[in-house]
Amino acid sequence: MARFVVRRLVSMLIVLFAVSLVTFFIFQVLPNGDPAVRMAGKQPNETQIEAIREEWGFDEPVYVQYATTMEKLFTGDMISYFTQLNVVEEIWKGLPRTLALAIGAAILWMAFGVALGLYTAMRAGRVSDTLLTVLALIGISMPVFWIGALMNHYLGFELTKTLGFELFPNGGYVEFTENPLEWLHHLILPWIALSILFIGVYSRVLRSNVLDTMNQDYVRTARAKGVSERQVLLRHVLRNSLIPVVTLWGLDFAVVIGGGAILTETVFNLQGVGQYAADAIGQLDVPPILAVTMFGAFFVVFFNAIVDIVYAYLDPRIRLEESSA
Amino acid sequence: MSGPTLLSVDDLQVRFRTEEGTVHAVDGVSFEVRRGEVVAIVGESGAGKSVMAMTLMGLTRSPNAEISGRAHLGETELIGAAEDELQAIRGDRMAMIFQDPMSSLNPVYRVGDQIVEQIRAHTDVPETQAFGRAVDLLREVGIPAPEERARAFPHEFSGGMRQRALIAMGLSLEPELLIADEPTTALDVTIQAQILRLLKRLNTDRGVTTVLITHDLGVVADIADRVLVMYGGRIVESGTLDQIFYDPQHPYTWGLLGSIARLDRPRADRLAQITGQPPSLLSPPEGCHFRPRCPHRFSKCKQVPPLEARGGDGSHTDRCWLDPERKQALRTLESGEIGLEEPAA
Repeated sequence: MARFVVRRLVSMLIVLFAVSLVTFFIFQVLPNGDPAVRMAGKQPNETQIEAIREEWGFDEPVYVQYATTMEKLFTGDMISYFTQLNVVEEIWKGLPRTLALAIGAAILWMAFGVALGLYTAMRAGRVSDTLLTVLALIGISMPVFWIGALMNHYLGFELTKTLGFELFPNGGYVEFTENPLEWLHHLILPWIALSILFIGVYSRVLRSNVLDTMNQDYVRTARAKGVSERQVLLRHVLRNSLIPVVTLWGLDFAVVIGGGAILTETVFNLQGVGQYAADAIGQLDVPPILAVTMFGAFFVVFFNAIVDIVYAYLDPRIRLEESSA
Repeated sequence: MSGPTLLSVDDLQVRFRTEEGTVHAVDGVSFEVRRGEVVAIVGESGAGKSVMAMTLMGLTRSPNAEISGRAHLGETELIGAAEDELQAIRGDRMAMIFQDPMSSLNPVYRVGDQIVEQIRAHTDVPETQAFGRAVDLLREVGIPAPEERARAFPHEFSGGMRQRALIAMGLSLEPELLIADEPTTALDVTIQAQILRLLKRLNTDRGVTTVLITHDLGVVADIADRVLVMYGGRIVESGTLDQIFYDPQHPYTWGLLGSIARLDRPRADRLAQITGQPPSLLSPPEGCHFRPRCPHRFSKCKQVPPLEARGGDGSHTDRCWLDPERKQALRTLESGEIGLEEPAA
């Protein structure tokens, strides 16, 4: 276990370093990427630009710029080029919103994905299976910015107009500490919008896992033991079918936190980390983009390690010492 | 050796409807197993042995399966019984072990716990007590350090150990009947012998009535009291071990016996084989199913021969139209050429 943790930490550092390098240097080669020019306003003159360059250190060699930027990131002094706000503080501000969105949606998509996958597997080949399969495929095919916008317009806006009260709010976010009910109220649509795709994917994955597992010899053994069909299904079929799904879950969750929810947050105006990243990208604002990318990469790598640990627990055939970093 | 009838199967039929037509997997099988016996069911792959066993266990679950006939375990009717009735019988009064021990245990649970699961599926024994019982069972089937091994996962067991564990599991509730479906096929030869000795010991010491399904007559010779030879979904010959080995009546049985490699006879250039393919159960040959491969076929073979005794005390039955005298003349119990040479004319 100790060896595993150490190896994981080392590989995590390497990945984060690589991600930071790539992100930082992309902006050095991007056309129209010179931040000083863009910061100077619409009709800049050379002296202004020079002044900005000097003030922000853009005249330094690239590796010095990289080093200072990283130093500022880790000391928490990183400032956005455009809003002049502290980047790390902004991320901390958005994090609870992103986490609320991601955790709720992850629970939702896991629960519904598993329920739907199990149900369709049980009904494999029947009409209800075909119907739900088509539905899952539709769900997978609907982009979140489109379904989110539709929800916002019809459920948040039109429905409110028709009903005369807000069954669903039209975007926005309320702090949990401020009003837990309103918090929930504002998150329902984003949760659903974000989950739909994943529910579709997870139900398909689980369905095929369950169908595979049902033909396993050990399931036949369980039946021959006289175990009830329900127990066969839960203890043997589902338990073994869930192993790959749990892996997927951990990774998807990390991806959603680390930037996968950009569209959902933007559509519903949740002001989370994703939306922050989206705004920063629109302005080619290097510090927040770099910080959010590192933040996302950290979550992905971190959850990767968690998933490996959980995986070894779920499947005793896997030993941590042997699983590669 | 043999007591009252434990299992009686009467005209069991199992058909599967498929897109290409109906597969007649088990075609009117009748037999009895008496308490304390070891009965071997022998035949090639596809003879319907496993389907029959699975059907008796109530595990033929395909919606396309049509099952008819009767089968009694003691007084209990097995065919057409409600699922919860069968579930109560399975693992308790009737246990089954399977061909592939490598994949027959759930990889994510400890071996001991999987035995506990079976015990607790049928009794209210507390968990710790059931685990103690599992350890005892593992010891009984010859697993060293059973306390430790009960806490191990299946992947930490060898193939032979897993089959022992599965046998222990099967025996955990002292079933009246143990069905072993090719229990040694996936194992090394030395391990095969150990497992067979174990099954035999359990039969002699504990009186476990056993139905042993195999394609290997060599396996049968070690432990069976009686032998049923199955071919194309039907029983083609049935008798005691000695009757089948020393006085085989059906040309298919001659072929099976002829294809055993023997060390006590001069070596033939090549092992005798039964030419041709096992019959397709989708469109089986008319009459005797063995007819297309049989070197002694004649016109009458287009009718289905009944399974009946042709003499003696009636314990030895077969499905072949040939006269007993003719059979005597045709079969030559010499080195690997048991009567399967092409007919002269």
